[in-house]
Amino acid sequence: MKKLEDYREEIEQCVKCGACRAHCPVFGAEKHEGRVARGKVALAHALLEGEVDLEAKVLEDFSQCLLCGSCCAQCPNKVPTEEIVAAARRRIAGEKGLTSFGKGVAAVLGRPKLMNALAKTGGALSSLLFKKLPENSGLRLRFPAPYLDAERTLPPIAAKPFRETVPELIPGREGMPTVAFFTGCGINYMYPAVGEAFVKALRFLGVTVLIPKDQACCGLPAVSAGAEQTVEQLAAQNLQALTRQKADFVVTACASCNAGVGKIYAELGEEYESLAKKTKDIFVFLAEHGLVEKLAALPKAQQRKKVTYHDPCHLRTRGITKEPRQILAALPQVEFVEMANAGTCCGLGGTYSVYHYETSKQIGAKKAASIADSGAELVATDCPGCIMQLQDSVNHAHGKARAVHILELLAEALPED
Amino acid sequence: MLEPRIIKALEEIVGDKNVSTEKADLICYSYDATQQKFLPGVVVHPGSTEEISRIMQLANAERIPVFPRGAGSGFTGGSLPTKGGIVLTTERMDQILEIDQENLVAVVQPGVVTEAFQQAVEKVGLFYPPDPASLKFSTLGGNVAECAGGPRCVKYGVTKDYILGLEVVTPTGDVITTGGPTMKGVVGYDLTKLMCGSEGTLGIISRIVIKLLPLPEAKKTMLVLFDSIDGAAQAVSAIIAHKIIPTTLEFMDGRTIDCVRQATSLQVPEAARAVLIIEVDGDREFLDKQARRIAEIIAPLGVVETRIAETPAESEALWQIRRSVSASLRKVNPDKFNEDICVPRSKVPEMIRRIDAIAEKYAIPIVNFGHAGDGNIHVNIMIDKKVEGELEKAEKAIEEVFKGALALGGTMSGEHGVGIAKAPYIPLEITEQSAAYMKAIKKALDPNNILNPGKIFLDN
Repeated sequence: MKKLEDYREEIEQCVKCGACRAHCPVFGAEKHEGRVARGKVALAHALLEGEVDLEAKVLEDFSQCLLCGSCCAQCPNKVPTEEIVAAARRRIAGEKGLTSFGKGVAAVLGRPKLMNALAKTGGALSSLLFKKLPENSGLRLRFPAPYLDAERTLPPIAAKPFRETVPELIPGREGMPTVAFFTGCGINYMYPAVGEAFVKALRFLGVTVLIPKDQACCGLPAVSAGAEQTVEQLAAQNLQALTRQKADFVVTACASCNAGVGKIYAELGEEYESLAKKTKDIFVFLAEHGLVEKLAALPKAQQRKKVTYHDPCHLRTRGITKEPRQILAALPQVEFVEMANAGTCCGLGGTYSVYHYETSKQIGAKKAASIADSGAELVATDCPGCIMQLQDSVNHAHGKARAVHILELLAEALPED
Repeated sequence: MLEPRIIKALEEIVGDKNVSTEKADLICYSYDATQQKFLPGVVVHPGSTEEISRIMQLANAERIPVFPRGAGSGFTGGSLPTKGGIVLTTERMDQILEIDQENLVAVVQPGVVTEAFQQAVEKVGLFYPPDPASLKFSTLGGNVAECAGGPRCVKYGVTKDYILGLEVVTPTGDVITTGGPTMKGVVGYDLTKLMCGSEGTLGIISRIVIKLLPLPEAKKTMLVLFDSIDGAAQAVSAIIAHKIIPTTLEFMDGRTIDCVRQATSLQVPEAARAVLIIEVDGDREFLDKQARRIAEIIAPLGVVETRIAETPAESEALWQIRRSVSASLRKVNPDKFNEDICVPRSKVPEMIRRIDAIAEKYAIPIVNFGHAGDGNIHVNIMIDKKVEGELEKAEKAIEEVFKGALALGGTMSGEHGVGIAKAPYIPLEITEQSAAYMKAIKKALDPNNILNPGKIFLDN
């Protein structure tokens, strides 16, 4: 993967205008120049010039980034701060070693069998370990684990991972494309219902679905932790899993996985290019295959739920904002309402919220306020990570809204097989 | 490097968390949009007027220079810690203290971001017109210190026209108030106006009393393409001569259009050599009539095409042309000197001709756009610093641009201020007597020259 030195030209393109200050969620909460893209780019430049070492404060500033890409999208000179920070983290991990949490991420993600075993144990112990929250609090469990704040609400771990509940091949109608479903960890271990909804939606269209058992994590948490080798190892495993049988598209229902397989892998070499190119977000795929029109033809429900949409960063920064809204708005049981700051990061940022939960909560609180202001009873999105964070934020704000994947609402609207 | 006892004293004033001498923090507060870099000795984040006052008392007693800083987005180095010392950032003081809807007055802390303030007052049907290009991230304290402008100034005036009063910490640590929340007030000298645009050299603004207007009901945007800059300039004069003051009258010259042509999806015909973006605001029912009237007035002045936005989305698309300028300039050359001269509006075409001649003389591209309604031209001298001799040529060109503006009865800066970037050129515009008068004020208020030293005037 690219080194920090490889970004010298891009780093020097920063004209220090300060525009990023308007768009960085972390800066919005922390009000400190080291937290915003301009400061981090200045630090990256100072590192290249040997003006500063990898001292504690530098590590802290580089850790204080959600990698949400908001700064890059709004930068007049298109400085790719998100990539620069990731490269700086790789350098930090290379010189200082991974943090203990980073090591944990690398160890677990790099060994899918271990991950499966851990998840199963977690699932089995759920009822013993986790204390139930009241039903109306939205979610459900406290997670008293190391690195995870006791205040955080998390969904339960699935009793059985999604991929173990479905066959590897679900045939569709002749003439329809074949889709390899990249499930990602969130759906596999925490939100199996989203996986089931995915299959239902594609079966409705007659698409053949492949769900390779041996797929692994996309590697994005490892990118965030600076664990370069783990990213490469996971990418190699996924390349094999997703190309073993011929598929026309690789489809994701998780924004982070979409960016992982569809964008990060493209940086890893030629052999990944065709995989990256045929990776699509589920709603882009569904919209391209006429689902919006099919939904629009269904009779509207008498009583509709007010639903708003949160843009996951990894879709927003890839320009995917229209299709999820189109599908959501076309659902017969949904009254779609736009909320303020729909495109602002929810504050999860993968491993960010583990290291910086207090700031993550502050960012989430703004989102929870926007959801409440919209009057929506459901906040739908297209990323399991965001669902987790949105629900946690709403719970902290004592809000009433429930966070869901659009696919869950879609599955409700589609006829049973 | 500041002595440890000074750092300790600062920590006692604002708390350990809000003082840093870490190299990473010093780097992060070493720059602004001029891209120059000066490392401070310490960065301090005060949270109250009292804390600022105590910092200034300490700094004055110890003769330590203090550099106040808002968002660090200035173009002339006004907040750069050119002599080390203390960077005093107002980032933590970001509260809107009051919006008085009965009296149309608001009170804010200096670290409030301009756009956030505009949105807050607009929610209750009020209006704060100053809109510098940096409004999404620059702070009101910085706007007042630099007397920021923006496209709406042609109708509504600049920041100082909306500041009724201030709370200011003086260089010796006293806290004074100037003006107040009344629309009128003529008791004593007008220290409010003195502080507006004083670039943080006379005091640190710790509280701002702002005048608000009722929010106009609607606005209408027009984009007019002309076959020459003269046509566009005559159009500006003609509109105003017909007693219509638009909210904005933005122009772009031929070179700017060439840059933008590739950066926007909007088609701009080759014949267009100047563009005006005209916006009018007010009661919805009058806007269509006013836009039609403007179109009639300017029709004979070499208009290639007129586009009038019918919806907010169409209006946004027209503004997109203006917004794409900044990024598109990089295609011309990587380094840019952005000057902001201002001439009487009738002299805009003459000034553009002079600038074109300077560009030709030094063989460097100069791209002009800006606020035609008030004669404020953003002169962008585009060079590649890595090419030998380019920097020297740019410096000579800049001096000639300033001299040209002054010869036409203009000024070197309409809205960016002097800072360090224009300090060497001050004698071109301000007479020795006037400068002595200004320096006497500075000397009286800051006897030890500790507050933002070396800004506006070069140190002797």
